[in-house]
Amino acid sequence: MTLAHLISFLSQLTQTLLVVLIAPLMLGWVAQCRAWLQNRSGPGLLQPYRVLFKLLHKDALLAHNASPLFRSAPYIQFGCMVLAASVVPIIETNLLFAPAADVIALVGVFALARVFSSLAAMDVGTAFGSLGARREMLVASLSEPALLMVLFTPLLIVQSSSLNTIVDTLAHREFQLHPSLAFAAVAFVMVLLAENARIPIDNPSTHLELTMIHEAMILEYSGRHLALIEWAHAIKFTTYCAIGIALFVPWGIAQAGVWQVLPGAVFALLVKLGVAGAGLALLESVCAKLRIFRAPEFMGMAFMLAALGMLTRLLLGA
Amino acid sequence: MNEIALTLGAPIAGAIVLGIFGGHAQAARLNALVSLVTFCGAVLLASRVVSEGALLAYHEAFFVDSFNVFLVALTAFVGLTTALFSRPYMLNEQAHGRITRRRLQLYHCMYQLFVFTMLLVLLTNNMGILWVALEGATLATVLLVSLYRTPASIEAAWKYFILCSVGIAQALFGTILLYLAAEKVMGGGGNALLWTHLNQVKGQLEPTVLSLAFVFLIVGYGTKAGLAPLHNWLPDAHAEGPTPISAVLSGLLLNIALYAIVRCKVLVDGALGTPFAGNLMMGFGIMSVVIGAFFLSRQRDVKRMFAYSSIEHMGLATFAFGMGGPIANFAALLHMTVHSLTKSAIFFTVGHATQKTGTQVMDQIRGLIVTNPTIGWGLMLGTLAILGMPPFGVFASEFLIVTTAMREQPWAAPILLVSLAVAFASMFMRVQSMVFGDTTARRLPHAPALVPVFVHLALVLMLGLWIPPYLADWYRLAAKLIG
Amino acid sequence: MSTSAQLINLMASLMLLIAFAMLAQRRIKSLIYLFAWQGLVLAANSLIVGWYTGHHELYLSAFFTLLLKVMALPLVLHYLIRRLDIQWDVETLINIPATLLAGIVLVVFAFNLALPISQLAGTITRGTLGIAIAVVLLAFLMMITRRKAVPQVIGFLAMENGLFFAATSATYGMPMVVELGILLDVIVGVLILGIFFFQVREAFDSLDLKHMEKLKESDP
Repeated sequence: MTLAHLISFLSQLTQTLLVVLIAPLMLGWVAQCRAWLQNRSGPGLLQPYRVLFKLLHKDALLAHNASPLFRSAPYIQFGCMVLAASVVPIIETNLLFAPAADVIALVGVFALARVFSSLAAMDVGTAFGSLGARREMLVASLSEPALLMVLFTPLLIVQSSSLNTIVDTLAHREFQLHPSLAFAAVAFVMVLLAENARIPIDNPSTHLELTMIHEAMILEYSGRHLALIEWAHAIKFTTYCAIGIALFVPWGIAQAGVWQVLPGAVFALLVKLGVAGAGLALLESVCAKLRIFRAPEFMGMAFMLAALGMLTRLLLGA
Repeated sequence: MNEIALTLGAPIAGAIVLGIFGGHAQAARLNALVSLVTFCGAVLLASRVVSEGALLAYHEAFFVDSFNVFLVALTAFVGLTTALFSRPYMLNEQAHGRITRRRLQLYHCMYQLFVFTMLLVLLTNNMGILWVALEGATLATVLLVSLYRTPASIEAAWKYFILCSVGIAQALFGTILLYLAAEKVMGGGGNALLWTHLNQVKGQLEPTVLSLAFVFLIVGYGTKAGLAPLHNWLPDAHAEGPTPISAVLSGLLLNIALYAIVRCKVLVDGALGTPFAGNLMMGFGIMSVVIGAFFLSRQRDVKRMFAYSSIEHMGLATFAFGMGGPIANFAALLHMTVHSLTKSAIFFTVGHATQKTGTQVMDQIRGLIVTNPTIGWGLMLGTLAILGMPPFGVFASEFLIVTTAMREQPWAAPILLVSLAVAFASMFMRVQSMVFGDTTARRLPHAPALVPVFVHLALVLMLGLWIPPYLADWYRLAAKLIG
Repeated sequence: MSTSAQLINLMASLMLLIAFAMLAQRRIKSLIYLFAWQGLVLAANSLIVGWYTGHHELYLSAFFTLLLKVMALPLVLHYLIRRLDIQWDVETLINIPATLLAGIVLVVFAFNLALPISQLAGTITRGTLGIAIAVVLLAFLMMITRRKAVPQVIGFLAMENGLFFAATSATYGMPMVVELGILLDVIVGVLILGIFFFQVREAFDSLDLKHMEKLKESDP
């Protein structure tokens, strides 16, 4: 094994571990920011770790009629999310795993995790599980086209569907105004909120049966299964933020092989994630949760904005 | 030059004065006086153009040739007679309590502004100002259509405003495209929209842009001219507004809008060298004739019926302009004149008839000839004239249009004839029962002004029998100009 | 791409964004704010184009746009809705996503319509002509979907904004005298409509146009 291989293997490992480990912190940070905005003291940044730790030490209870699918779903979800976190150029481009998936395949990875979580939710046959699964599918059927539409704009600008190329091109060249990217960015934030079960589509901190989506799906899980699902959820959230950063504010991501700048890249990533988390917390504090029937309108808006971005790119070349 | 200043200055000064004193008892007389001054200016202008030929004035801002000067004279004339007619009519309305003094003030002020904007459309040399003035004409009449403040009249005014403004926004886009084409040839600046300059270079204008521009222009100005299928505002505005306004809307505004289309057509024809513009106009024209004639038979409101008749006749004139050539253009110009005179005369009599009977529903108007023979005969003769009975002038122009169509556009002739026949049958039947039979009419506090009616009808009769040589020359010149 | 073209494209996309936002906006008050923003973008665009092309009469046009469409007209409209007591009116719009999708189709149509013209225009702004037509069409769509009087009028004014934008992008603006005339028409139009709104409310007790369905093609 040559040195170059070793370095690229090490940086891949660094990134994957980094994302997996800081993901709960990201959730904690958003919760803390929300607490500050609402004049509460908050549970502390490390609360998600404590929850994970607690859950991992509990016994997992399973329903009598739970199938192997129910048991394997948390592992599949966790695996999908770790894969996604490894593919996206978060601290460095040209990662070892990067050729594994382009942006469109990445959307597919997320979809795979979602399919399993919905199937598992319906597996036991409780009312809430299938209700949550159906709502999840409603939101997903609207947010996925919007997400693809968002991704098309940078694809068109760079003429490539590989995230590496996109980041390389956008980050390391003369600055240009791209109104189309701005539209896409706004649409992306809307998709991010919907896909990660945040306000205004879902409220992560409530178990109110009339409104919940994500929480309804995982009601039957406990112990290590629940811990894995929660962890996967945190990784998904962080990875989404990272995709947004890579597409719209890629400055600071290290170029392939230049390992000297890696510490700087990690620092830049942490700052950007911090700002993104604070921004999301602010957004969640000023928005009210939408009725579930208004969700299509919200996602329609995201789709429209994304399409608008693509159109301005196509029509104006901007 | 001074004639132009007089023609345009009189109505604007009148609008200001009447805006202040319009509610005064003698304001209606002042209104008529201002219109008389305007008419004098127009006659002086016309005599000058007849003797000296086309003229440009005030740094080419105004342009008068034989095409628009006859419309200026016609507009000023109908403006004058309508002002004469409106004096007793509006006083009667006031006596019946349908309008207040303040609304009378508004009416007089806006009436003069309306006349001003129409004359500005005709006299200006700038295609941009033409648009501005035509939009101004809409704005001036919106509040007049809603003068009675009844729900129906307000609905009509709203429809009128929205449809005409949206329509005319299309025309603005057409004008922008025209400017784009002109700028390529002449460079930017104010001169590039002057019609005389455009006319000189029309052969070099970019054909694609101009054909697209003409589509927008004909849709925009065609909305104002009441061309089907853009005519929806017209029957409502005519039926719900005060009758003098119906008379000027029908007799003048539609003409003015058609004038704008024809001015654009001259440029487009020059640039394209194909009958594209003419074909488009024929299409809109024949659709208007058919829709006007067939919807006319379904109306119960007398003013709505005559409004549809206006759509039909505007369609006929548009069709004739679309065919082009000296005879068709001559016929179209004649048709514009006689339609304007006849239709305003009809609205005058209809106005008094509805005042007498207190309703616009035709089934409830009976026996006009018993209570007031002059109104009855005026309506009967006017209807016969507008239906194209010889020896009235409408017959002459329709005859010319239909025979030209037989020769040049044989496909259209049967459609025209059938539509004219349908219009004839349904309208004649309705009017006959209104004029004869038992009566329901009441006496009016102010004697109606019927002189304008018979002056108009006499003129139409004269134009049917004998067109004065200078007028014929005039028409011929204008027809040649349009090409 | 040059800086000027980038800035102009930015303005064009903002125009388009505001046009879509207007299409989806339910609140009358927010609609007026959006209209003011659109005017601001329009003025900024005139300034930018005037600066980069040396057509200094565009400054004047930008100034009048700022004065009229960013300050005067929104103020008048705010005053009107306050007097008419419809400040907090929310319109029930059916199916906003469908309207927005129709809007996207209109944008594509507008671009195809503008293609032959913008190839002929010699301006640096010619690329934005398609956006201008799209703004006009979107305003038209807004007028069709609205059932209340004030939003319809704002739609009309937005359409006029689009036409101004078209004039700037196709020919660096119309001759000054024509622009002034158009502005005059807009002012007079809004004043007359202001009076008219009161008449409408007096007659119908509301500014909802669904009451206005009495006049039909043939009377019963």
